[in-house]
Amino acid sequence: MRNWLTYAFPVALGIAVLGVWEWAVAHYQVPRFVLPAPSAIAQSFVDDHAQLAAATWTTFRIVIEAFVLALVTGVALAVLFAQSRIVELALYPYAVILQVTPIVALAPLIIIWVGYEHIDSALLILAWIVAFFPILSNTTLGLRSADRNLIDLFRLYGASRWQILWKLQLPGALPYLLGAMKISGGLALIGAVVAEFAAGTGTATGLGWTITEAGNRLHIETMFAALAILSVMGVAIFFLLSALEWALLHRWHESAISRQE
Amino acid sequence: MALISLRGVSKTFDSGTQAIAALDLDVRAGEFLSLVGPSGCGKSTALRILADLIAPTTGSVTWPGGKPEIGFVFQEPTLMPWRTALDNARLPLELKGIARGDAEVRSRQALTRVGLGEFEKAYPRELSGGMKMRVSIARAIAAEPKLLLMDEPFAALDELTRQSLNDDLLKLAREDGITVIFVTHSVYESAYLSDRVVVMTPRPGRVTADIAIAQPTERSAGYRLTSQFIDAAGKISAALGNAMAA
Repeated sequence: MRNWLTYAFPVALGIAVLGVWEWAVAHYQVPRFVLPAPSAIAQSFVDDHAQLAAATWTTFRIVIEAFVLALVTGVALAVLFAQSRIVELALYPYAVILQVTPIVALAPLIIIWVGYEHIDSALLILAWIVAFFPILSNTTLGLRSADRNLIDLFRLYGASRWQILWKLQLPGALPYLLGAMKISGGLALIGAVVAEFAAGTGTATGLGWTITEAGNRLHIETMFAALAILSVMGVAIFFLLSALEWALLHRWHESAISRQE
Repeated sequence: MALISLRGVSKTFDSGTQAIAALDLDVRAGEFLSLVGPSGCGKSTALRILADLIAPTTGSVTWPGGKPEIGFVFQEPTLMPWRTALDNARLPLELKGIARGDAEVRSRQALTRVGLGEFEKAYPRELSGGMKMRVSIARAIAAEPKLLLMDEPFAALDELTRQSLNDDLLKLAREDGITVIFVTHSVYESAYLSDRVVVMTPRPGRVTADIAIAQPTERSAGYRLTSQFIDAAGKISAALGNAMAA
């Protein structure tokens, strides 16, 4: 079944749903401010393309920056944890507290501290907080999962801590890290949008703001358009990271072996 | 002259478990010595002490002729799945800082010697259990050790694979003049391979029998049917029985 049908079925279903939607809105004369027809949403893409493109770019930039920052800080802290049990014992509880505190509740505080004049930095910090923890937690687990016998073998041949980290622990943690990246990529997007909601209108200019603003003016088709862009962005991030995972793991990792093999 | 001399070596872990009690043992250069005993009698602990991976609680380990290059083979192949067979075999040379080109030539030779010359680009997941163990042995001999420590290396393999690896191991050890300390709980495997079998008691382990075996240099499948082999296996088996009863 892994052939063109894999794509044909979902695409056909999507087209059918859109068709029924278009027909139902026209037939039951559903008001535009409740549910716009797909054609009206498409029209919004054309009419509002300048605003949507700017908003997409703003949100996209924050998501990518937050994700890269989460990746760098998460891996760096995980390496530090793997080197020193004391550092881990001291810092890990705070990382958990940061993770479990609802980001919506944290957002107003961060925004006040950073200031409305640097709202992009506030959004970046909030998205980073959400995206950071899976990377830290999974990479720490991965670094700790190195085969004890292999560590002994490295020691037998006089390897330094650095060599053990670089040649054994980091490659072994790669599947854990890549799994975490797929989760964090999605979370960075959620964090960025939630932070924009918390920031309110008039300051941030990303897709979250576009949705709030369009909702206030009952431009439901613009809300749908922004929502569609967010979905596409989330799916694109997921596919890109899945492709990266495949590229790095398919030669050797069990997860990449097809069952037919 | 002894290669290794253990005197009163004991090991008690932090958990309070005493793995070895007062182990006295001399290992001669060039011999094939098997450590036989029930599970948990501290055989693996003894190997780790010899490799200097853990320190004994009491007693001394001395190397009268100086400490030689050591190779270690575990019960599992213990390969890095992200590295090819060649890159796995190259690891000891790489960690010793030997230039990559030279290291590749030497690890390629090691792979050829264990019969895996054709598979240097294969990843561990593409190899059978026996082939993975061969890569593990190639890695151990790549750095040209004079002492090979083996911790039940063939326990997880099927009988045919195990016998063929036994023969290959004997050949490698003889060609390179390697001293082998081989941990096993198989009486027959120790009887086939060893010049000397040391039987250990259940935990805490100590030596209860030291059996010398006069082996023919050339051994083959037929050797397992000779009275000489059966006598040796009988002696080891009896000593093991006494050890368990003690």
